[in-house]
Amino acid sequence: MDDLTKRGNHILSVRAGVALLVPAFVFIGLFLFFPFIWVFLISFTNRTLLGAAAQDPEFVGLGNYLRLFDFSRWMRSGEFGHSLYLTVIFVIGSLIGQVTLGLAIAFAFNRRRGKLREIIYTLVTLAWILPETAIGFTWTAFLDGRRGTLNAILGAFGIEGVEWLLEFPLLSITVFNIWRGTAFSMLLFSAALGNIRPSYLETADVAGAGPWQRFRDIMFPLISPQFVTALVLVTLWTFNVFTPFLLTGGGPAFGSDIIAIHTYRVAFQFFEFGRGSAIAVIVMTINLILAASYLFGLKRKEVAT
Amino acid sequence: MARVLFENVTKEFGSVKAVNDVSLEIQDGELLCLLGPSGCGKTTTLRLIAGLETATSGRIHIGDTDVTRFSPKDRDVGMVFQDYALYPHMNLADNIAYPLKVRKVREAARMERAKEVADHLRIGHLMERLPGQISGGQQQRTSVARAVVHEPRVFLFDEPLSNLDAKLRLESRGFIKHLQQEMGVTAVYVTHDQAEAMALADRIAVMQDGVIVQIGSPLEIYRNPQTSFVANFLGSPPMNLFDAEVRNGSFVGSSFELDAKGVKEHSALNDGDSVTLGIRPEHVRVSPKPMKNSIASELYAFEALGPESILSFRIDEQLLVARAFGDDPPEIEMGQTAYLSFEPRHLHLFNEHGSRVNAD
Ligand SMILES: Nc1ncnc2c1ncn2[C@@H]1O[C@H](COP(=O)(O)OP(=O)(O)O)[C@@H](O)[C@H]1O
Ligand SMILES: [Mg+2]
Repeated sequence: MDDLTKRGNHILSVRAGVALLVPAFVFIGLFLFFPFIWVFLISFTNRTLLGAAAQDPEFVGLGNYLRLFDFSRWMRSGEFGHSLYLTVIFVIGSLIGQVTLGLAIAFAFNRRRGKLREIIYTLVTLAWILPETAIGFTWTAFLDGRRGTLNAILGAFGIEGVEWLLEFPLLSITVFNIWRGTAFSMLLFSAALGNIRPSYLETADVAGAGPWQRFRDIMFPLISPQFVTALVLVTLWTFNVFTPFLLTGGGPAFGSDIIAIHTYRVAFQFFEFGRGSAIAVIVMTINLILAASYLFGLKRKEVAT
Repeated sequence: MARVLFENVTKEFGSVKAVNDVSLEIQDGELLCLLGPSGCGKTTTLRLIAGLETATSGRIHIGDTDVTRFSPKDRDVGMVFQDYALYPHMNLADNIAYPLKVRKVREAARMERAKEVADHLRIGHLMERLPGQISGGQQQRTSVARAVVHEPRVFLFDEPLSNLDAKLRLESRGFIKHLQQEMGVTAVYVTHDQAEAMALADRIAVMQDGVIVQIGSPLEIYRNPQTSFVANFLGSPPMNLFDAEVRNGSFVGSSFELDAKGVKEHSALNDGDSVTLGIRPEHVRVSPKPMKNSIASELYAFEALGPESILSFRIDEQLLVARAFGDDPPEIEMGQTAYLSFEPRHLHLFNEHGSRVNAD
């Protein structure tokens, strides 16, 4: 605290401060909190877009939730449980892919400059920041069975291509998502590794450590906070990602029906707002748990250091 | 234990020659101080020994092995960095034992050895602490403990005391000297502090612009500086240096003239030569009464330091500093004129290139 505040000479009075904050709170309430409450309420009704239930939705209690967790059918294709199952595979695959790849690139180019690094960093970052529709189109063209780039490349090596999006939809969108999101982990780890004092690594070198010991004993422990951050944030984002819809539309036969796509389908293709809202509430709950565990983890780290 | 040998070693960073054609032999068990101003190439020299830099040309030997192309881990040295480089996520025990861990020494054995070294350096009771939880002096000891725990052939210190306060610095330099002698290990110690170098070194190598300008025992260098740079770098306060010209058996400065009679080195000079006269502060005699062959000047500043006093006199744009010992300094008031003189044998002469002029 500086001298000004200590002596109570605030630039603004508390009341003026609060007054300035009010608009922000109003907007947050309007655009975040209110829709949340609304979705929560809808999830207990049978509201639809059209028909009688659109005009006059009925209260159905936990009906929508019981329908989602109806274990006699929930693992069937296109059902909620099945979607969760696909999402878990998708998230874990993306997470492992992005974090490992990001760490590998950051490590390989740590404290190195040069053309190759520039090129790779630019490409990986571009994949992250390009607009979704553009990359959706590009990837569809890349993976297309008959005239796709990938199959053309494979063909050059005498390997016969397949209809990737039809035969391996989940694998395709996972690889796509790894490609799309690796930049975050790469940049995060790159900054973290760059911040390690050179003398730490040099001490390890002089002490006789080889590259692996140096990584295991010095570098990894020192970037572990960023590692946890990457794990949690990538999980959170991947869990909510909708972009794969542009590649597969969730199909074929619900083969890539990850949770964001599933929610969208139920609410805006089948127009079952009630059930869609119930799914949204569950998704939000999972998100909250992830976010809370992240914040809790950060707190603990702060206390430890 | 091993000697360290440099043969015409050069290290370039782009167009900068950080170390320029250095040849040097550090004896087995010797403590050599690399002394010089910031940026003269001391750290680079040390890092060349450690293998953290690779020589652009020349050869480096440790013991009987040519290690010029060896990586750090194959050189068997221990190094203390200026910032100590203690691992923040490891406690003291793990920090100290780390060189043993990478050598695959068993857990119990390495902890025992770490404790032994730590006890010796009086940090044994802190083994469970993290580096952030101990004082600067203790961190410094931990860093030393880690550097010596595996009994390397050479110790390397890069300004290890520069982050400590003055009192701790004196204490720490004593213990480093003691430890090095006790272990009998060859050591290279980098510092820009001439007092530290004088106190610690068996021999000092004075560096300037990537070159070793003089190497010898502390007293040798203090008494016979080979260049005006060395003369000025050692001693506190440093040697007084004044430009003059040789004229008819006298040294003529801008506002003084001194008879060169009795100055042996004068024989090597010709009339009209430019010289730099050097005189150590402790060799300046200060008298309130006029003296033959002296420089008259007013007292500019007086510092009583206890066992000695520092008196400054103004000569043109420069100060001439005298040092009087004992608590009985010359009785001169501020602004009063004093007569400064010195014995001819105490005068150092440097030619226009700054090199020492020796008697023929
Ligand atoms: N890694 C480096 N890259 C470029 N120049 C360097 C590097 N290390 C040192 N130098 C240069 O080499 C010279 C000597 O540096 P250094 O050995 O650190 O000096 P000292 O330790 O005596 O202060 C300086 O001019 C410095 O700028
Ligand atoms: Mg240095």
